[in-house]
Amino acid sequence: MLCDVCGKNQATVHLTEIVDEQMTELHLCEGCAKQKSMQMEQQFGLSDLLAGLADFGKHTGEIEPLKLKCPNCNLTYEDFKKIGRLGCSSCYSTFIRYLLPLLKRIHGTTVHTGKVPKGAAVGVSAADSSFRKTAETTSSPKNDMLELKTKLQEAVRLENFEEAAKLRDKLKELENKPSGVSKNKAPARESSRRKKEQG
Amino acid sequence: MKLDDLINQVSEWLRGTGSDSDIVISSRIRLARNFTGIPFPHWANKEQENKVIEQVKAGISQSAHLKNSLFFMLSDLDNIDKQFLVERHLMSHEHATHPDTKAICLTSNEVISIMINEEDHLRIQVMKSGFDLDDAWQIINKLDDDLSNNFPFAFSKELGYLTACPTNTGTAMRVSIMLHLPVLVMTRQIDRVLDAIAKLSFTTRGLYGEGTQASGNFFQISNQVSLGQKEEEILDKLKGVIRQIIDQEKTARQALLSKHKHMLEDKIWRSYGTLINAHIITSQETVELLSMLRLGQDLGIIKGLERYLINELFILTQPAHLQQIEKKKLNPQERDIKRAELIREKLSIKKINKDNTN
Ligand SMILES: [Zn+2]
Ligand SMILES: [Zn+2]
Repeated sequence: MLCDVCGKNQATVHLTEIVDEQMTELHLCEGCAKQKSMQMEQQFGLSDLLAGLADFGKHTGEIEPLKLKCPNCNLTYEDFKKIGRLGCSSCYSTFIRYLLPLLKRIHGTTVHTGKVPKGAAVGVSAADSSFRKTAETTSSPKNDMLELKTKLQEAVRLENFEEAAKLRDKLKELENKPSGVSKNKAPARESSRRKKEQG
Repeated sequence: MKLDDLINQVSEWLRGTGSDSDIVISSRIRLARNFTGIPFPHWANKEQENKVIEQVKAGISQSAHLKNSLFFMLSDLDNIDKQFLVERHLMSHEHATHPDTKAICLTSNEVISIMINEEDHLRIQVMKSGFDLDDAWQIINKLDDDLSNNFPFAFSKELGYLTACPTNTGTAMRVSIMLHLPVLVMTRQIDRVLDAIAKLSFTTRGLYGEGTQASGNFFQISNQVSLGQKEEEILDKLKGVIRQIIDQEKTARQALLSKHKHMLEDKIWRSYGTLINAHIITSQETVELLSMLRLGQDLGIIKGLERYLINELFILTQPAHLQQIEKKKLNPQERDIKRAELIREKLSIKKINKDNTN
């Protein structure tokens, strides 16, 4: 079987993707699969979120996003796995998908209920404002999504599928809304991926 | 005030005051805080680390809590000075090991200390004598408010304070209580107690924190979970656990006293005898004997010794403290001699009342 993307190499990786409620099979060569998986990480979409709920290894050929890189400090997911420390506060938004299950394992939950700093909103440095926007402002669509995703994850874990379906619909609604934050971030992703291709 | 002057004062946490100070040595709360966007110390370059230090320095001068504080670049301190601060529990061993572009700020009463560029940009610590978490929390909470007026600490509404290690994310708070539990050890009940603590997801460490053996019957109990609970909830849970351990040690002490009084008195007075007569003594033996001396004082078997004096001896007999007192480097053999000398001197000037022993 040839790769669905490049049509040149032998497909060795077989992915199942859920797009618009439709299961799609993808047969990829190793190179295209790596690329695809990176793209999925970066989009942080519903499909890969659901895929990510199961153990990564269980999915046939799905590749861990070792090359996923924090745009602020350049720490890769591979670095994180090696050192066990994150590189900067922005790493949390970069690796959020992999951090949530980890935090859950460590603390039994992923939701902060403690102190909120008084000065939280003032004097945010430009470098990190995107994450602060995504994670701090409750009214921001990105943050609602993050919260919904956490809830969805929890619902799926508890096999509460009715609740999960509702949450997924809400998420879809939000995803279809144009969000300033994610649009702004898109070009940065593009370029980092392109760099990767050249290297 | 200079670093050397600290040797002449008793650290706040060694005063032996505060509630339940017969069993609880100290209460410590530590908060991890980071600057938004600047890489965490292990991932930052020197320039970024220096930027952190400059910002903290500026912030310190604006906080009322840190008015008369001391500030040191660790690269300006020699090895004995650094070890001295570790022995006084003012900074971690880790902080002392890689001194480049690291700093420490501490108040002259040693209640507050801030490690800069340890695992996180800031590690704020408040340490009180005895079982006094409420007071410690009040101080550190206000100090944190003060500092966050100046710095936008890395924070997410969902995940809380963002730290270098995900084990600290959330409240980024670690609460540690140091306990002296000689009778639970003596009566072999300690393993059962420590097992129960572990099941409640609290951790136990020795006198000097991570990776150290609990020595001389001292145990440090800390919370493991930092996310998903309010600071007050974490404090309350730990308080509940500590309260139970205190009760168990107290019960064990009374039982031992009523059943094996002579055995206990013998052990305590022999410890005293060794301490005031030894001419060579290791740090390990010192800690064990002082532990017995402290128990004797707690139970009223030995009178005329102030608790702070025994507590102080625990620290003064540590390697860096001995060298700080002597103002020179000492090899281990020299230290064992100097240690014995110091103990004899400190204990002999005290009038010990043996009246109630018969
Ligand atoms: Zn291909
Ligand atoms: Zn980063």
